[in-house]
Amino acid sequence: MSAATTAIGIDLGSRMTKVVRLSDGDLTDAHVFDTGHDPLSRLLEVMEGMEAGALLATGYGRYLARNHLPCATVTEIRACARAARRLCPDCDSVIDIGGQDTKAIELPERGWFGRFEMNDRCAAGTGRFLEVMAEALGYGLEDLGPQALRADRPVQINSMCTVFAESEVISLIARGEDRRRIALGLHAATARRVAAMASRIDTGRRALFVGGVAKNPCMVANLREELPCELIVPERPELAVAIGAALIALDEAHGGAEATGDPGRGNRAEAAPRSD
Amino acid sequence: MSEHNQLLADLGLDVQLHDKLLASQAKSYRDIILSQPDRPGAMAYFDRAAHGAHGGRVREIVDAREQGAKMIGTFCVYVPEEIILAAGAIPVALCGGTTFSVPYAEKAFPRDICPLVKSTLGLALADICPYGPIKDMAVGETTCDAKKKVWDVISQSVNFHVLELPQKKTERGGDLWLHEVHEFKERVEELTGARIEPGVLAQKVRLMNRKRRLLRDLNELRMAPRPPISGKDALLVMQLALIDEPERFCNELEALVAELRQRVEDGVSPFAPGTRRVLVAGCPSVLGNWKIHHIIETSGAAVVCDESCTGTRYFENLVDEGAQAVDEQLEAIAERYLRIDCSCFTPNTERIEHVVELAGECRADAVVQYILQYCHTYNIEAIRIARALRSAGIPSLEIETDYSEEDAGQLRTRVEALLESLQGVSP
Repeated sequence: MSAATTAIGIDLGSRMTKVVRLSDGDLTDAHVFDTGHDPLSRLLEVMEGMEAGALLATGYGRYLARNHLPCATVTEIRACARAARRLCPDCDSVIDIGGQDTKAIELPERGWFGRFEMNDRCAAGTGRFLEVMAEALGYGLEDLGPQALRADRPVQINSMCTVFAESEVISLIARGEDRRRIALGLHAATARRVAAMASRIDTGRRALFVGGVAKNPCMVANLREELPCELIVPERPELAVAIGAALIALDEAHGGAEATGDPGRGNRAEAAPRSD
Repeated sequence: MSEHNQLLADLGLDVQLHDKLLASQAKSYRDIILSQPDRPGAMAYFDRAAHGAHGGRVREIVDAREQGAKMIGTFCVYVPEEIILAAGAIPVALCGGTTFSVPYAEKAFPRDICPLVKSTLGLALADICPYGPIKDMAVGETTCDAKKKVWDVISQSVNFHVLELPQKKTERGGDLWLHEVHEFKERVEELTGARIEPGVLAQKVRLMNRKRRLLRDLNELRMAPRPPISGKDALLVMQLALIDEPERFCNELEALVAELRQRVEDGVSPFAPGTRRVLVAGCPSVLGNWKIHHIIETSGAAVVCDESCTGTRYFENLVDEGAQAVDEQLEAIAERYLRIDCSCFTPNTERIEHVVELAGECRADAVVQYILQYCHTYNIEAIRIARALRSAGIPSLEIETDYSEEDAGQLRTRVEALLESLQGVSP
């Protein structure tokens, strides 16, 4: 059998673009860059420097990639589910908080994935929400979570609309509130929102948490409190969807997901790809 | 100025703005409807009728009014069209399906109203609804809160009648509704100056039943293993059922049904074998709105049934044709209309069961619940329906959206993902 063992997954997200290469099951290359105003040029540039392999695009901008690269597309929901099957074989669900989308997906015994929930067009409960709040609080995005964790208690945040919450934060600052407490309150409110969405699916006993926001330790802590199940965070959670795309590219190269055992749990013993 | 635009100008329409509306509609019609492959030949009439909704049909009604006929505007499938027709009047659904007119409504009304109501109001407020100036009366009904309060506003300037629907389907509710149907008949008689005779009413009951049977035939043919018609085209026919002249519509629909029967026999379908089948359930998609059907059918699936007011709710159940006296006829009419399972009723258990049943009947691989933004009754009912579908092993997705295109990308992702989730599970 001479089917590909190398695959490249492209996740063209609303905020960040992630490109990964898997070789023989290992993560051998990863690029993350701002999607910005001209994601295509940057993507083509990154692709030029990468070894060829089976190629698949996903994410918000997947059609853009397909129009300029020889690749098929899948939705980020399928890619996310595929990654979760690999990264956490005994997870029953996966929660993905990205730049503008938050989703919760069931991983049932049969099928690629089951029922899923996704936020509507509003940015509440997404990475974008936290990004705007970090800016309002004068924190770098990376610092928001760690700073919030240092607060002794949260300030109650009432608004989940990004625009309203920003004014709420500004007025709290004007009242002299500790900004770490405000930050903690924002995380708690976001976690409640995400948990409410996740409660509309069956999260099972164990959920995987992926997407850029899963790198935020305060979100992980708050979400653990809100969810009725165990929450697992893989290494480099922001790459998960791109890894899922690469895995699907490999599945397809080997004659479809059924052949590689994607759908069921029988294949859940697969080792997680090594993180570089 | 064209002859038609002259007519619109004489009616007091903003002709320039109306031209812009038509241009936007023409583009979406080309992109969404005309671009489809393998359309039945008999759809040519319905394309003309869609085009004529702001053209020939308006002229036809203007001419009929010159002969003394009255036009009655409607907004809901609870309005008994038989009664309007029996008085020699012309019923036309005035619901707006275009996002074009929404901003005009938002100037005068709260934004948090469903897009159907806003689109309708906007067409009237911007003077671009050709039926506005030629309607002799409009009929509202007490279904949703937005409509009820809008009636209060527009009845200030329009000859208006409100049908009171009960909120519960109890015996008392039935009595109220029967009373309302009687009163409606009197109101229509008063408007037209005609006296509704049992013979004519019986004839119109048969006409409406014929329309319902033909639409039911169309619906059954869509459910064939290889659907002979796209969901978008079937929806278009449904949309026109609420606007077009009923006799002519029935004749043309009969021809379409015959063609579809032949296509089923010959295995002709716009869809490849094995195309995933979707039941769309929930709110209506009125003329101009093909948003969810377009997303579904360009994501590789077929809409094989519509459980909505532009679907089963319009044509299911017939009026008993056996009644002789007008009172009995009205009772039969009231009985048929009250069986419509709109989410405005509490409880509305029969609809939940019905959606599950329909999904099985049309062998749907999945159900998409289509909810117009701010339509609380369908939105909340969607929770119970999703649960019932899940128990029956049928995947479903709920989509709440307005008429704009701004969320089309996200909706496409969700619909594609729904279809992906069906894979790896044998069809």
